[in-house]
Amino acid sequence: MKSLLTRVGLFVMVAVLLGGSAGCSKKPKNPTPLPTGRSGGAAPTQAIPMDPGSGTGRFGADNAVTPTDIRGNRGDTGYPGDPTISELPNIGLTGAQDRTRFASDTIYFEYDRSNVRPQYAANLSNVADYLKAHPTESLLIEGNCDERGTEEYNRALGERRALSVRDRLLALGVNTEQIATISFGEEKPAELGQTEAAYAKNRRAEFILMVNPDPAR
Amino acid sequence: MKRPFFPSAACALACILAFITRCALQAAGPGITITDSANRSIPIAISGFPDEVRKVLEFDLYVVGFDVNSAKPQYLLKSTPGGSVQGTLSDANNSQTIFARAYPGGTARVQAHALANDVVKTLLQLPGIATTRIAFKNSTGNRNAKGEIVSEIWASDYDGANAVALTGDSTIAAAPCWVPGKLELFYTSYRAVRPEIYLQDLRTGDRQRVFSFPGMSSSVSVSPDASRVAMILSKGGSPDLWVANVDGSGVRRLTDTKELEASPCWSPDGSRLCFTSTEGGRPALYTIPADGGAMTRLRTGGVTQCTEPDWSPDGKWIAFTRASGEFTLFVVPASGGDARPLCPGEDPSWSSNSRTLVFTRRSSGDRRLSLLDVPTGHVKDLARISGNCSQPTWAR
Repeated sequence: MKSLLTRVGLFVMVAVLLGGSAGCSKKPKNPTPLPTGRSGGAAPTQAIPMDPGSGTGRFGADNAVTPTDIRGNRGDTGYPGDPTISELPNIGLTGAQDRTRFASDTIYFEYDRSNVRPQYAANLSNVADYLKAHPTESLLIEGNCDERGTEEYNRALGERRALSVRDRLLALGVNTEQIATISFGEEKPAELGQTEAAYAKNRRAEFILMVNPDPAR
Repeated sequence: MKRPFFPSAACALACILAFITRCALQAAGPGITITDSANRSIPIAISGFPDEVRKVLEFDLYVVGFDVNSAKPQYLLKSTPGGSVQGTLSDANNSQTIFARAYPGGTARVQAHALANDVVKTLLQLPGIATTRIAFKNSTGNRNAKGEIVSEIWASDYDGANAVALTGDSTIAAAPCWVPGKLELFYTSYRAVRPEIYLQDLRTGDRQRVFSFPGMSSSVSVSPDASRVAMILSKGGSPDLWVANVDGSGVRRLTDTKELEASPCWSPDGSRLCFTSTEGGRPALYTIPADGGAMTRLRTGGVTQCTEPDWSPDGKWIAFTRASGEFTLFVVPASGGDARPLCPGEDPSWSSNSRTLVFTRRSSGDRRLSLLDVPTGHVKDLARISGNCSQPTWAR
């Protein structure tokens, strides 16, 4: 009886292994999902957390999105009449910087957002009025993030914030040639630490006045 | 349940067949395979080597999926006496020698790496990665007079040994990317105030500024044939995906969204790019033909906040970061589908073996680099590099 069980066991083992081998040599039609990480790399089991203060997003459930084309390449031309998609002017950045004039006009952003909220209308007017009255001076808008995104994403988000502020100034009549942007991503925080208060102070666009901008390089 | 029983000769044949099949499964194919048996660690016992050599061998084999402390090894790696590293690899079950080699020349460390590479090539049929290099951003956390948190570009052996600084500009240097097959590195530097893209020759130390535009220029990824770059430029009014030749010519825009794009990577055949965009409202992965065309969402099976993709050299997988809450590494089939979580971490970069990743681990402000063997889940920190290290790029 024991030797029969041994032979049955061997038969089953061979059948299983040969079956597995056969599956391996061809491309499986329904690929087995990868195992989750073991031995020290714990697979996260918590629910995906909601973004704090995210407001209403345009984002729907991922598995409801079919892989359709979204935007085509329109080449190098901007949208006609839309100043926000225009080429940025090449303003020299090595001249004297005045960080105090507009220090109290710093604009703060919600998490993972680059829209300028209505409460900053006065800040924008203050800056715009000055620039329109001083057409030989230039503005550098510096965009920043808190550390919670990934590094290059944050560099792009900081730039997107600076550009959003630029959009608003252009809409107020400031000359395109007077505004430059720079992003530091998460690499120039106003306040260190992993608290919500510190994060909120870092999600900002600062205004730097350049009195005698150098000629473009 | 009744089954016929086999005569003993057939049983013996079945045993041998099962053993060979099991070995074949575990040695099957390059990169990640998708059957459970191939994702098991391969148990190996390492003995007789000096301590320094043994530690290198254990590291090198662990990060490509071997179980190096096994009480029931399938393979034995033993040292044979000699001045330089000499090793014999044998099958633990039948004591047959698979190879016996000596590694004269170089340091003990290099010799150990060479032996590990031979074990991997022989048993996994994969390229050995034990003598490859990585580059990364390294920051002490100190600020310069401008208030920037200073970072420099460093390079090291893939295990963190022999780490050296490649820049010393006392400003922000970030987002390095190797030129495939060459000792050259693209990276972003703020040495001229705004983020611009440089190319540095590691043999001479010379560098040139290749892409200098208004706004932001960063996030270079070099094509696998080393002829083109993809990058994120905001000179057109928004951070968009652009491509160009590595010499700086032929700059061409691929996206023109009013949202942001970030973190491009190339498909191994150079025909497509995968990148992050917030065009859909939240960061998600998209692909686009490298010669221009429509951007297409990459399905990730319900996983959101997807950033930092990297395409495996065998073309099959895209690893990426889910950037919400605790950042987590995921992997998804390159054509889209169910994305699987791997381990906590961000910013993955594949090695040439298409199974080991180097990535960044954060813990309350500190950043360090780690390696992950995707099929087995083996993780190993590169603990020996001081400073906050991130944005690793693996030389392929």
